[in-house]
Amino acid sequence: MMPGALAFTQPAILLALAALPVLWLVLRAVPPAARRQRFAAVRLLLGLNDAARQADHTPWWLLALRTLAIAAAITGLAGPVLNPAPQAAGNGPLLIVMDASWAEAPDWAARQDLLAPLLEAAARQARPLALIRLTDPPQMPQFRAAQGLTGHTAPPAAFAPSGMAAWALALPPGDFATLWLSDGLDHPGRAALHAALAARGAVQVLEPRRDLLALAPASMKDGAVSLRLLRPFAGPPAVHSVIARGPDPAGTERDLARISVPFAAGAVQANAALSLPPELRNRLTRFEIQDHASAGAVSLTDDRLKRRKVAILPEGGPREGLTLLDQTHFLTRALSPSADLVAGNLTAVLQAGPDVIILADIARLSPAETESLTAFVTRGGLLLRFAGPRLAAIDPVAAAQDDPLLPVRLRAGGREIGGAMSWGDPRPLAPFAQGSPFHGLPVPPDVTVSRQVLAEPGPDLAEASIAALADGTPLVTRKLLGAGQIVLFHVSANAEWSSLPLSGLFVQMLERLAVTAGAGPAQTGGLEGRVWRPLRVLDASGGLISGEDLPGLDGALLAKARAEGPFDRALPGLYADGARVLALNVVGDDTRLRPALWPAGTKVDTGDAAPALALKGALLAGALALLLADVLCALWLSGRLFALRALPLALLAALCLPAPPGQGQSGDALAIAATEGVVLAYVRSGEPSLDALSLAGLRGLSDRLSERTAVEPLEPMAVDIETDELAFYPFLYWPIRPGQPLPSPAAYDRLNAFLRSGGMILFDTRDGDLPSFGPASPEAETLRALALGLDAPALGPVPQGHILTRSFYLIDRFPGRHDSPALWVEAALQDPQAADGPALPPQNDGVTPLVIGGNDWASAWATDEWGVALYPIGRGEAGERQREAAVRFGINLIMHVLTGNYKSDQVHVPALLDRLGQ
Amino acid sequence: MTQPSALRHEAQALAGALPALLAEADRLAGALALGEHGRKRAGQGADFWQYRPAVPGDTLSAIDWRRSARSDAPFVREREWQGAQGVTFWVDQSRSMQFQGAPAYPSKAGRAAVLALALASLLLKGGERIALEGAGPARSGRAQIAPFARALLAPQPAEYGAPTLTGAAPHGRAVILSDFLGDLAPLQAALAGASDRGLRGIVMQVLDPVEEAFPFAGRTLFRSMGGGTALETQDAGDLRARYLARLSARKAELAQLSGALGWHFMTHHTGGPALPALLWARAALGGDASRGSRAG
Repeated sequence: MMPGALAFTQPAILLALAALPVLWLVLRAVPPAARRQRFAAVRLLLGLNDAARQADHTPWWLLALRTLAIAAAITGLAGPVLNPAPQAAGNGPLLIVMDASWAEAPDWAARQDLLAPLLEAAARQARPLALIRLTDPPQMPQFRAAQGLTGHTAPPAAFAPSGMAAWALALPPGDFATLWLSDGLDHPGRAALHAALAARGAVQVLEPRRDLLALAPASMKDGAVSLRLLRPFAGPPAVHSVIARGPDPAGTERDLARISVPFAAGAVQANAALSLPPELRNRLTRFEIQDHASAGAVSLTDDRLKRRKVAILPEGGPREGLTLLDQTHFLTRALSPSADLVAGNLTAVLQAGPDVIILADIARLSPAETESLTAFVTRGGLLLRFAGPRLAAIDPVAAAQDDPLLPVRLRAGGREIGGAMSWGDPRPLAPFAQGSPFHGLPVPPDVTVSRQVLAEPGPDLAEASIAALADGTPLVTRKLLGAGQIVLFHVSANAEWSSLPLSGLFVQMLERLAVTAGAGPAQTGGLEGRVWRPLRVLDASGGLISGEDLPGLDGALLAKARAEGPFDRALPGLYADGARVLALNVVGDDTRLRPALWPAGTKVDTGDAAPALALKGALLAGALALLLADVLCALWLSGRLFALRALPLALLAALCLPAPPGQGQSGDALAIAATEGVVLAYVRSGEPSLDALSLAGLRGLSDRLSERTAVEPLEPMAVDIETDELAFYPFLYWPIRPGQPLPSPAAYDRLNAFLRSGGMILFDTRDGDLPSFGPASPEAETLRALALGLDAPALGPVPQGHILTRSFYLIDRFPGRHDSPALWVEAALQDPQAADGPALPPQNDGVTPLVIGGNDWASAWATDEWGVALYPIGRGEAGERQREAAVRFGINLIMHVLTGNYKSDQVHVPALLDRLGQ
Repeated sequence: MTQPSALRHEAQALAGALPALLAEADRLAGALALGEHGRKRAGQGADFWQYRPAVPGDTLSAIDWRRSARSDAPFVREREWQGAQGVTFWVDQSRSMQFQGAPAYPSKAGRAAVLALALASLLLKGGERIALEGAGPARSGRAQIAPFARALLAPQPAEYGAPTLTGAAPHGRAVILSDFLGDLAPLQAALAGASDRGLRGIVMQVLDPVEEAFPFAGRTLFRSMGGGTALETQDAGDLRARYLARLSARKAELAQLSGALGWHFMTHHTGGPALPALLWARAALGGDASRGSRAG
C-alpha cells in the first residue's frame, strides 16, 4: 500500500457530500440575521439610506467557511484513516508465518497490535487460519477456524530462526495465502521458504521497520573492554548507550559503567572501548544497549573478560641463576597476557585477594602460612603447586605429618627417568581420562617428563589423579578442600624436569584449571565431551531466567551454537562446567546483521513507517473550529462581536492565561517576617472573634515571655493551614470551633511534616468548664474528627513530673480561663521516674507534638496592646492567681517547645547532687 | 388585559421607587443652598396680603377706599410679594424616555424625574408653588412634593412625548423636560401658546450618552422603544456621521426655538451628574431671562 493512502471506515457517509451544493444554495439565500437594537432616536434615522447597499445574501467567504465546516464534519464522520492498517490478501485459507525471533522482542506488542486486526478481519471472513513460528521445530500446521488460533501471542524466542529450509518442506497441502510477519533480518533459508510459499499463493510480508540493534560479545583488547554494536541498515549517525551491569560488593545488581557508542553515517558497525579497573571488570556480568530490550542487545560476559589475580610466590631467598631456569619464568610468561599477576610475600598477596596462588617448588611453609593458605583455599581459592628439587627433598617420614596443602602424600626423592644415569626414556603423557578437567585436550606426543615426584600409593590416589603419564604414574593430582582446590603438578614449573611448560598444552591445562581467563574462539574445540550446566538463560527481551530446571547441554551442541548462533536446544545464556563459565550470546563474534532480502515483486509492508492515523477526531475538531469561526464571523458581520461587553473575550483570555502566580510575593514577605525571630502562631479558625481572641492571647503570652524569659517573640501571626507554610513556626495554637471544616489532604501532609520536625500544636477545645463525663462537647467531637488525619502519637494525660511541669516554672496545674486538670500529651514511653529503664529514644528531643486541653488559655493570656488583660478570670484575687498560673503554663509550654528535654535534667538533679557527695 | 395582581405589582414597584426618587431629589436639592428669599411679605403681586393703616408717604392711589370707608382711618391694601407666579412642569415619561444606553446610566425618564423633583423641592422650599401639567393647579407647601412625585411617575404609553402647557397659569414659569426626539411640532405649538400667555421657562433636553455617540456598527435593525418605528441598515457605522449631524441640527433647532421665545434651552446627558443641570435650571428659573441657552 502506498504511504499516505487514505481509507474510510464508513465510506457510505461520504454520499452526504453530494448535498453540499444544495446547502450552498440554502445558506446563500439566508443572510446573517440583523442585530436588533432598541433605539429611542430612531426617528432621527428615518430616511437615512445605506451608502453602499450590500446584496442581501451571505458573503461568499462566509458561505465557503460554512460549507467547509459541513464538509469536514461529513468527512470526519466517514471515519478517514490515513495509512490504514494492511489487510490480508485473498479470501481462502491464510497461513500466518512469524519469525518470532529475538529481533522482534522490542516491539512485540506493536506487532501484536498490527496482527490483531488482520486476525479479526480473517475471523470475520471465516477464513481458515494456520500459524507457524519459524523459531519452533518444523511441524506441519493445520488450518482451522480463526477462533482456535493460538500461539501468536506467545513471546518470541531468544534466538534467530535457523530451520527455514526445513519449514519449507513442512508446509500444509493445498493453496493458501501467506502473511509473513518478518523480523527484518536475513536468516538462512528465507528465500527457499519464500519460494515454497509463493508457489501456494500470494505472499504478503509485514515487516515493520525500526531501529534494530545488536551487541557483539565484548572482548579484551589492549587492556580495555572492546564493544561492538551492529545494525542491519546503514542509517544516519546515531549514538546509543551501552550499560555494563554487574553486582556491587553487596551483591546487588547495578549499572557499573555506561558508554556511548556512536554510529557513523552509513556504518553498520560501531566500536567503543571501555576501560575499567580490573576489580570492576571482573564483576561485569552483562552488557546491554539501553532502551533496547532484546536478547540481541544483551551480551553476557564469561571468563573471557575476567582477568584473574594470580599470585606467584617467589622461591625462598635470592637465587643466582639463569632466568630460564627460574621456576616462575614460564608461569609468568604463560599467565601474564591473560591474568593479573601479583607478586610479594604471602601476607601481602593474600591482602590483594588473589584467585589463584601458585607455589612453585616451595616446600616448607610455616604453620601460620599453612593456616592462612588453608583458609584461602577453603574460601574458594585455587592453590597450584609445582614440584621441584625442594619438594622432592622432603622426607614425609621425617616430617612426621602430612602437609595438608598437598593433594597426595609424596614419596621422598621422586624418580628420574630417561636421564644419563637411568634406564628408560622420558615418558610421554597418557590421554586425559574421562572425568578429568583436562579431558578432551589433545596430547602432543613431544611432551615428555624426565623427572617427577611420586605419590605414595593409596586407595584415593587414582581419584586424585587428573593427569597421568603413559605408564599410569600420576602427573597432576588434585584435592578439593572446602570451596576451593589444591592442584599439584608433579613436575617443576620450569623445563628442567619436563618439556610440559614449553608446550601449548601447559597453557591449556592452566586454562582448564581456570587459572587463566581469555578462552578465545580458538579454544571452543575444547568444549566437546563435557556436559555444560545452564546457569541462566536469556529470554527474547534480554531478561535472565534461572537455568536450574533445564537439562545440561552437550559440549558439541554448545560448540555448534557458538559457531552458528543459539537454537532451540541451545538457548543463549551462561553455561558452567566446573569453575569455567561460558557465555552463549545471541550475537556471536562473527554475526553480521543483514536486512532481509525479498525476491523482487514481493509485497512488503513496512507497517509502522507511517502508523495508521485516524483522522476522524481531527476533522471533527476542525469542523467545530470552523463553526466557531463562523459564529465569530456572523457576530462580526452583524456588528455584535465587540458589543458583547467583552465578557466572552475576557472569559476566553482568562481560560488561556495561566493562573496568576498566587501570593508569591506576599509568601516570601511572610516567610521573612516569620523567620526574623521566634513567632508564635495560631490557626485561623474562620471566625473573626475567635481569631482576634487567639491573636490577643498569643500577644499576651509573647509579652510575658519577653518580660520574664530570654525568649522574645515577635508579634504573633495567623496561619492558614490550607495555604501557609508551617515550617517557620515552633508552636501553633489551634482553638477548636465546632463545625470547623477539615483540612485538605495537602494541609494534613503539611501538618504531619510540621509535627514530625519538632513542631507543637496546642489544641484548645475551650470546653474545660463542662463536666468531663457525659457526651463529648461539639468542640471535642470536632477535634476528634480533625485529629483523625494527623500523624499523632499515642497520647496520655500529663504524668506526674512531666517536663511541662518544670521547664521554666514548677507548676502542677495547667489552668486557663477554666481550670480543668485534663491535659493530654504524647504518652511517655516509660515512667519518667524510672529513668534507668530501657526506653526508645523519643523523637524530636522529647517534645510532645500535641498538647490537647480545654482550658481556653488564649482568654487567660489575652491582653490588649497596652498589656491590660482582656477577659476576667475567676473572681478577685483568686482569679488573678489563676491568670498567673495560666501564664506560667504558657511560658512552660513555649520553653518546652524551644528547649526540648533540656530542662528535664532537673529530674536528675537530686541524684547528681547525691553522686557529688555534697 | 391587565391583571389586578400585575397592576398591584407594578404599583408596588413604582411606590418602592418613589422614596428613593424623593430621597435622591432631596439630596440633590439640599446640595443647593437657598439664598435670601423672603417671599412671605408684602410686595408686588397679584394676591391680597393685608390691610394696614395708611402712613404719611403712601400715595393716594394706594389707599383702599372700600376698606377705609368701613372705618375712620384710611387703609392701604397690600398685596403679597410674589417672586414667581408658580412653576408648571411638563416632564416627559413616554416610552422613548425609558431608553437606557448602558446599565451604568439611569434611564432618561428617571433622570428627568429626579431633576424635576429636585427642582420642585427647591422651589417648594423657596415658597414657590409648583404644578405638574395636567395634574391640577399650582400649590405651595412641602406636602405637595408627594402628590407631585406620584403624578410625575404616571406612565405615559405614547411613543414620544408631546408637551402641552395649557394648564399653566399665565405669567408663570414653566419647565419642560424631554428628549425631544419625536416630532417637534407639539413643542413648537406649546411654546408659542405659553409665550402668548406670558409664560417663560426652561427647555431641558435629556439625552443618553449612547444617543450622542451612536456606537453601533454592522447590520442592525433599529426599533423605537415602543416598537412603532423601525429601520434596518446594513452598516450602522455608516449612518453615524449623518445621524450625529441630524442630532446636532435637532439641538440647534431646539435652541433656536426656545431662544426666539425667550426660553432657556439646555441639553443634559444622563451619563453626567445631575447637579450642574439642577444649578442651571435653578439659575435659569430664578435669574433674569437674559441668560442664553447652554449645554451641560
